[in-house]
Formats: sequence, C-alpha cells, structure tokens
Amino acid sequence: MLRIILSRLIQTVVVVFLLVTFTFFAVRAIPGNPFASDKATSPEEQAALEAYYGLDKPLIVQYGNYWKNILVDGNFGDSLAMKGRKVSTLISESFPISFQLGILSLALGMLIGIPLGIIAALFHNRWQDYLAMIIAMAGICVVAFVLGPIFQITIASPLDAFNVAGWSRSSDIVLPAITLCFGVAAYLARLTRGGMLDVLSQDYIRTARAKGVPTRDTIIKHALRPALMPAVTYLGPAFAAIITGSFVVETIFLIPGMGQYFVLGIQSKDYNLVLGLVLFYGILMGVANLLSDIALIFMDPKLRTA
Amino acid sequence: MFRTVTLLAFAALTFVSCERRSDIEIANEEKILIIGNSSEPKGLDPHLVSGVLESNIIRALFEGLCVEDPAKNSSSLPGVAQKWTPNEDFTEWIFELNPQAKWSDGAQVTARDFVFSYKRLLSPDPNWPAEYSEMLYFLKNGEAYNRSYFGHILCGNDPDFPLPWDTLQEANFKGDRTLKLENFAGKKFTDLKEIDLKKLAPYLTEGETIDLSKITAEKVDLGDLSETERRIFCNATGIDKLNKDQLQFLKTDTALVKWTDEVPEDVRQLVLDRIIGHHDSGKPNLWDKAQVGVTAVDPVTLKINLRGPVPFLPEITKHYTWYPVPEHIVLKYGEINTAFSSRWTRPGNLVSNGPFKLKEWRTNHYLEVEKNPEYWDADMVALEGIRYLPIKNYFTETRMFGDNQLHLTYTVPSELIPMAKERYSKELRQEPYVGVRFVRVNTRKEPLNNPKFRRALSLAIDQKSICEKILQGGQTPASGIVPPFGDYQAANAISFDPVKARELLAESGYSTDSKFSEIKLLTTNSESAVREAESLQAMWEQHLGINVRIEQREWTTYLQKQYDADFDLCVAGWIGDYLDPTTFLEMWITDGGNNSTGWGSKEFEGLLNKAENTADVATRMEILAEAESTFLNDTPVLPVYFYTTNYLIRPEVKNWHPLLLNNHPFKFVRIEKP
Repeated sequence: MLRIILSRLIQTVVVVFLLVTFTFFAVRAIPGNPFASDKATSPEEQAALEAYYGLDKPLIVQYGNYWKNILVDGNFGDSLAMKGRKVSTLISESFPISFQLGILSLALGMLIGIPLGIIAALFHNRWQDYLAMIIAMAGICVVAFVLGPIFQITIASPLDAFNVAGWSRSSDIVLPAITLCFGVAAYLARLTRGGMLDVLSQDYIRTARAKGVPTRDTIIKHALRPALMPAVTYLGPAFAAIITGSFVVETIFLIPGMGQYFVLGIQSKDYNLVLGLVLFYGILMGVANLLSDIALIFMDPKLRTA
Repeated sequence: MFRTVTLLAFAALTFVSCERRSDIEIANEEKILIIGNSSEPKGLDPHLVSGVLESNIIRALFEGLCVEDPAKNSSSLPGVAQKWTPNEDFTEWIFELNPQAKWSDGAQVTARDFVFSYKRLLSPDPNWPAEYSEMLYFLKNGEAYNRSYFGHILCGNDPDFPLPWDTLQEANFKGDRTLKLENFAGKKFTDLKEIDLKKLAPYLTEGETIDLSKITAEKVDLGDLSETERRIFCNATGIDKLNKDQLQFLKTDTALVKWTDEVPEDVRQLVLDRIIGHHDSGKPNLWDKAQVGVTAVDPVTLKINLRGPVPFLPEITKHYTWYPVPEHIVLKYGEINTAFSSRWTRPGNLVSNGPFKLKEWRTNHYLEVEKNPEYWDADMVALEGIRYLPIKNYFTETRMFGDNQLHLTYTVPSELIPMAKERYSKELRQEPYVGVRFVRVNTRKEPLNNPKFRRALSLAIDQKSICEKILQGGQTPASGIVPPFGDYQAANAISFDPVKARELLAESGYSTDSKFSEIKLLTTNSESAVREAESLQAMWEQHLGINVRIEQREWTTYLQKQYDADFDLCVAGWIGDYLDPTTFLEMWITDGGNNSTGWGSKEFEGLLNKAENTADVATRMEILAEAESTFLNDTPVLPVYFYTTNYLIRPEVKNWHPLLLNNHPFKFVRIEKP
C-alpha cells in the first residue's frame, strides 16, 4: 500500500515537472504581450517592464530562475497583469472560495447523480431508465452559460431569498452550486448506471437473489460497492477540476473564485499566473487521483495485490 | 426518507431567506452607493493607472486642485484650491490652496505635495512605468525632464550659456524620428524599400552602399563604423540619447550631427562637455536644473508655469494625473518612483485627500470606500460610502440591477437596450460621451497611401445605419474626429455619400478590378466589434465593390499588431481626457505613440503649434478646427460614430447629471427616498 502511494507521488512530481516545463515554453509562444495597453507604451517603457519582471533574459535562464525562485524562496512570482500582486496571494485568496463552492456542488452532484444512475439501472429499459438518462444527457448538453442565466431569471429575480449574483449572503452559494452540479450529476448517473448494470448481471448477485436476500439488501450490500467503481475513478479528476472553480460560473454569478484566472491569465499573457495555476492544478490533480486510487483499493480487494 | 429531505430543504431555505430585504434597501438605509464597475481595478496609484474603471475609484479617493461641477460641463468648482488666477496670457497660474484640505490621516495637503506628485509622475527613470505622464507636458519643461532632454536641461535652461536655446535647439538633440534604426535591423542595403532609402538619402553620398546591420547594434562603438554610418547613427539617435563613449567620439568630429551654422565649434564642445559631465557624475537627478513649471511658493500657494497659454487649465486639473499623492506615505513604503512593488495603495496603508477613503479591497469581489471625516468639505458629502463591484459580465449586471442589487450600472449591452427601453424607461440613461469610434488606416501601404482612396472608403460608411441598426445606444454619426462639445465648431467634413465615394474611387486611379493585395480589417474578438466590422465590410462591398477581409484578434494581440503597424485597416476608439479638441488631435502628430497610421503632416502640426501659442479662446478654437479639417482632408482615419454612455440608474440617486466626460463627482451624490 505504502509502496503504491509512494510511487504515485513520485509519478505526480514527474508529471507536474513536465507539465510546468511544457507550459512555460508554450505560453511564451502565443502571440501578444503581457504589457500591451490601449495607451501606447514606448519601446523604453516596454523594455523597462520586461527588465523589471526578468523577461529580458534568455528564455532558458528565465526557466532556471523560475524553478530557483520556487524551490529556494517559495516565490511563484508577481502577476504580470494585476501588477503589484503575487501569484501566491491571488491563488490563496480565491481558492478557499472555489473550494467551498466546488465541494457543495460535488456533494449535490453525487446526491443527484448516483441515485439517478441506480434507479436507471434497476429499471433498465423502462420509462424510469429513459427519464433518468434524458435528464443526464440534458445535464451534459446544457452548459453553465445557459443554465446560469436561466436560474438567474427564473429563480433569483422573482424570489427575494436569492440574489442574482454576488458573494455576500449565505444564499449566494446555492444557484452557482446547482449550476455547477448538473454536469457532475449527469456523468455520475451514466457511470453508475453502467457499473450497476454490469454488476447486476454477475453470478453472485443472481446467487444472492436466488437465496432470497431482499432486493434492497442485494443492492446496498452486494451490488453498490463494485458498481460505484467507475464513478469513483471519475470523481478523482472531477474533484480537482470542480474545486478550482469555473470561469463561466464565476463571471455569471460574480464569484471571486480562481476559475477565472485560468482564462484571464491566458488572455492577458500573464505568464507567472498561468504557470502558478498549472503547478497548483497539477499537484491537486495528482493528489486527487491518488485519493481515488486509494479509495478503489479499499473498495476492491483484488486491486490490493496489484 | 423523502419527507425528511423535503423538510430539510425547506428548513435550509428558511435559514437562507431570513434576510428578506434587498441589497439596495439595506444600502439606502446605510447611504452606501452600489456601483457596477466592470472589472477588477489594476491598481489605485493615480500615477500608474490609465483606465476608466480605476478613475471611477480614484475620483472618490483623491481630489485635485479643481473639482468637476455635478451638473455643468467645462465648469470647475474649488477642490484643494480655493481660488485660482491666471496671468494675462494664461501661461502662469497661481492656485491658493485651502488650508483646511487634509489627508485622511490628518496631515495638511500642501503645495509641496503637488510638487512631489508632479515630480513623481514625470520621473525620467526608465523603470518608472507611468503611462500617462504626457498629461503633465502642459507644464513648462515637463517633457524635457520626463524624456531626459539633456541639451535642453543642461544648456537651454542655463541663463549663462553663451548661446540662447532658441538658436541652439535647431541642432539635432532629439534624433531624427523618421529614421528608425530598428526598421533596418538585419536588412541589407539592397533590401531596403524606396521609402526607407529616401529617409537615408540626406546622409549618403551618391552611389554609396553601407552595411546596415552594424549601425543598428545596440551599443555601437563609433570607431567601428564608416563615416557615413556614423552620421546616420548619430543623427538617428540624437545628441541627448548618445552614450558617453559616443559623445566622446563626437567631440573629435562634431560635424557628424546636424547643427546650425550659428553654433561655433567651441559652443558645440561646451554642449558635449556638459552632457558628458552629467554622465561622469553618475547621472544625478535633474529636477532642479530642469526647472519644471511647478513651484510651492509657500505651503498654501502653488505656482504653475505652462509651456504655452492654456486657458482651460482648471479643466485639466480635474484629471487624476494632476491629483496630489501623499509624499509622507509614498516615501514611507518606498522611493519616490517605486512602482508596483510599493504597498502604499493597499488597504490600511492608503491615505487620500478626497471625500472618501479606502475601506476594503478584495480581489474580484468588491472594493468599498467610506466617508473621509478629515475631508475639508465633509459636510457636503451625503454618502457614507461607495461599493464598487467588478462585474465583468454586463448581462449579469443588468439582471442584478433588476433584482435590486445595484444603484448604477457600468453600461447596458447593446443587445439589452431594446428591453431596457421598455422595462426601465425611467432608469435608462443614454447620454453623449466625448469619445469617437474610427478606423485607423495604415497609410504606408498601397492602395491606402492614396488619400482619395481613403476618402472613398470613408464616405462609403453608412454611419447612421451602424448607429441605429446595430448599436441602438443613441450614438451619433461621426462627422469628424473631435466629438461635439461647447464652443468648438467642428469641421463636419465626413458624411455618408456613396455617389461621391465612387467618384473619388475612380479619381484615385483604382477600381474594383485593380490589382492590389486584399485589404484586411483588424478588430477585436468581442461580439459587438465583429458585428461592426461585418457591417463595414458589407458597406464597402456594396458601395465601392471593394472586398475587405476581417481579421479578428484577441485584445493584447490586437493592440500589439496596431502598435507594430501590422494592419491595413483597424477599428479603434478614443476617449477624451479633458474637454478640449487637443485631446483628440495631438495624438496624430508624426510618429505619435498612438498615431500608428504612419500619417503625418507639417501643416497639421504647424496649426497645432499655432493653437498652442494662442491665448485667445475663440481664435484658438478656430485654429484647432482648421487643424481638424486639414487632418480629415487627408483622411488617415475613417470616423464612424461618436460615443454615448448607456447605463441604468435608480431613481433615488440624486445629483447625477449628464456629463460629457462621465466623470461624476461623488461628493455631491445623494441617495433619497424616491
């Protein structure tokens, strides 16, 4: 077990290193310039800014400096677009908010998606199944930038209890969480249904049924655990993705989360911000995958020897 | 099971809905104004920002010499200054400061603070990234200090210098701007186009070929170059920008640079010696020698000397570049020109002199200011605070307004204007705004270098239908480059005339069958920009039969391409900084930083210069109108429309009147029961 964890951690380090390296050179290849402004800047000003942020040095030296700053000083650099602010501050301020929202929508997604999948599998090829799968398909197809405004218009505007957007009241988390949870719920429903159908056709379930074990017990005690394995595999990366926020949901609902930085960082050619995010997200993804692997090992004894 | 879940859900709903009053109701009670402010501010240092949304916040925090009148354009009320008196020709102004004007920490705002601020913004340090220092070029010697014009500062300002500056300045101090060495980088002489060769011609003897790659190197040792190359290099760079070794070399042969014959050799040597001496002494700060036109006569008397007559100076002092910054606080957190690493503008550190002070600032969340009790006119300030929300999504903003979350929106997206006209007929405001939308033309390229061709393009734009069918925000067709305001009689040279446009096209020698490479129209990738570009494309196709291809680029790439002059046509906009035509005209001087069209005209610049030295307001406006029509006759830009502001405002917000610059003074705004 320990060996598995250790090897996965080493893998994560290697992957994150490669990821950052690739991103470092890729973001600089995109056209545009972090210091472009609608007021013309003179070549001298441009050069001064580049010198200030160390962008005037050869690329490979900058690359070395980047790692040196992180490993020696723990410094992820300053944001180039939001000048005077550190990348680490931007991430540490916004991540808790995205985390809160992400956890809630993930929980909602599980509460909706998993039961929906189970029902669909139990009523295979009947109307319940079709209905559940239509809902799931809709959840995948109707994207947040459609769903968000619909909620704002149909729920928030008429009801006093909800604001259209903002992050000041406790109720402000509800609509964005629901908007975000649909995608997760939809995938979970489809994966759980698939897993469940697979398990229900197994011999040991038939044996249990033949022995007269009540349907509820068969499902909960025998079928559910193996049936959830595909869903758990998916939950690892989904967890990392959802707790780092969503650009669309954050701009529609005016949430100070970190999802918007992924898009704004690229748009404004904020090299340091993009790299900081890639590094953070890479590590998070590695850890989340590791957690889901450990969960799988607990769920399926067969994996323990592997 | 189901019952429990439903119950829980209801319990949760009751919990979250215990605050039933809307944000606006609470804010009205607390007298807090809630404003949609588009995006996260890039900063709060008045010297380092250039955006509209930052200025909305800075205007609440700081106060300049004069304050905007809440209801009248071009009218100034006392700010830090109680009284101001110009001399006869408007070149010298005395501002009497209010002794009650205080910083939010209780310290007095003195004339010294203003001197410090202007010295800071004009800092010549190349590491000082202020984008708006040109606003202080109105000050006498302001430009010379900011751009380190050594000759001017070290010799011109010295009354004991053997030659007066008027004679001396004909020498090539600033460099030949038409001769951009970087354009020649890595090119062989034989690769050069005719235009570049023409620029080089005065420095070459006939039939001479030179190696251009050498003279474009950054730190050239003049000894390595041939004489012609030295001459090109020195004249392109200018005496002010040559480094010490190059100046030493120049001393051995002063004729390498253009001087007038009236400058004898010993004076040339003296000029060079002074600049070399300055380099030798480690380039000390030249503020005192530069004699920039701002003086603190005593703590409450500020004297401003200008480069020429500026009858509208109070108008300019309302711009945030002319605001004071607190010397004692700026120096506490860094040097005078510590830029982004200084923490003086962070919450808790920021000290300001306006009606409000910074309360809280959370990235991408909100920024709140509260009433400043130290403010000299605090009794006048009715609001207890202002909350700025960085709402990037303007559709969300309009919905938030409808859900009682905002007093005031930043804008209304054009798609929602028909809806807003119906649903918010009382709240919607559509007001003229001094800004102009136009198409920049790259006049270096064929066939766009032909003025008739450009004018044909311009007259083929059906501006009215763009305003009425696409924008729907009350914008008006642009007849020129200067939006209408006050006493200025605009040139009114451009209006839609397809027949004339076709005639001009025929006269230009081009026709739809002519062979020229496809013309590209550069624009940004926002939906409205694309729609606008498509309609321009359709109009040129319909009225002139010219095919134009649209090239969409995201914002920073768009800016870069424009700056690099890597475009044929390019849709752009410009917003006035103050109410005077020069804010729209001065950018078009030859090689001006925001010109980008490659256009330049001696006549146009002569007129601007003449206006700059004219004290009589009416005559000055006439000269400027003449300059505008000179500019439009050549049509280096194709005007499209004049801006309007579209926004929603709640009826309880009082004293918010239409202002052409949209710079509303928050100190007068009140919230009252509707």
